[in-house]
Amino acid sequence: MDINSKPGSTKNNKTGGWRTYKPKVDNGLCVGCGTCIQNCPEGAIQIKEDNNGNKKPKINYDYCKGCGLCAEQCPTKAIKMELEEK
Amino acid sequence: MKSKQKKQSTNKNMIAPGHKACAGCGQMIAAKAVANALGEDVIIANATGCLEVTTTPYPQSSWRMPWIHSLFENASAISSGIRATLDYKIKHAKTKKEKQKLENIKVVAQGGDGATFDIGFGLISGMWERKENIIYICYNNEAYSNTGIQASGATPWGANTTTSPAGSGSSIDAIGSHQRKKDMLALALAHGLNYVAQTTAGHPQDIANKIKKAKQTKGPSYIQILSPCIPGWKIKSNQSIKVAKLAAKTGLYPVLEYENAKLTNVMKVEDNPLKVDEYLKIQGRFKHLFKNKRGRKQIKYIQSIADENIKKLEIGK
Repeated sequence: MDINSKPGSTKNNKTGGWRTYKPKVDNGLCVGCGTCIQNCPEGAIQIKEDNNGNKKPKINYDYCKGCGLCAEQCPTKAIKMELEEK
Repeated sequence: MKSKQKKQSTNKNMIAPGHKACAGCGQMIAAKAVANALGEDVIIANATGCLEVTTTPYPQSSWRMPWIHSLFENASAISSGIRATLDYKIKHAKTKKEKQKLENIKVVAQGGDGATFDIGFGLISGMWERKENIIYICYNNEAYSNTGIQASGATPWGANTTTSPAGSGSSIDAIGSHQRKKDMLALALAHGLNYVAQTTAGHPQDIANKIKKAKQTKGPSYIQILSPCIPGWKIKSNQSIKVAKLAAKTGLYPVLEYENAKLTNVMKVEDNPLKVDEYLKIQGRFKHLFKNKRGRKQIKYIQSIADENIKKLEIGK
């Protein structure tokens, strides 16, 4: 009987379909502090360097459930929640 | 190539996305901070609860480290077994390298407040009594949220749960939960633990620091994390961090740590600490307290608990 699961295999579940509001990052306002990354329950936000070497968050919409914690906690209000039309 | 691999690993969480926790789950913020701070060299024994159910929908698992689940009550007993096996392997290691590798592995048991305060308490007590080198982490959402918000030993005064429903009658039952919240930190200290800490999901960096401290501690340690529950506390999905921070700011759930039974670190509250009303009014489970005179009396009582904490721990400035 094989009752072992492969580590990290839930990544096959695309939970992005749960979302009603979609977070959008305003890179002009973002200072790259990383608060949103720490506060994302999904781990759907990663920090990436843009062409100028500035650190900016990148949201993985495959997994983002649209809870709005990143927008609520952002110290510069650089993330806005927008109604998503599917 | 090597540097590229390293870069990827710093961006990768030890809990994979795609788990089935509610949007905005406070527990998942805490669990993610815990797992990232623990790293790869760890074996986790998980009790039944929301954390287990949401992260391991069979045949999948979110965890990117060794992780085992068996029953509600025995996460601590399983971790004791794992610890015993590791100790035996360390004793009989053939090479120095192998021995060092085995010694680096930490054993962690974790569960919710139901598994910790109520169902699993006997076995946890045994694990602590044996002074085993295990970290126990409790994600405290103050109810059995996984099965439908039943009251647990951690449910606070006046909370509306499905087994302590608030009503309009004149008996004491009408105010919601009216049992004393179990003081698990005092129980842990009574077992003579070397490291006991309390924090909230609103302070992920603090969680990481405390886990790192617990990792360096020899012997058992206990960390309790307040994890707001979206359906259980009846809050909006973007409020879990705010509520957790308010719990610390009002003095109801102070962020602190005890090392060798001495209070070594505690987060201060502001000059005029926020009133508990701020914490209670955004949660639907306390909504009934604001409706009548009797409810307001309960708020006064909850405020007295917070004031007592502030006085006892000297966290006011």
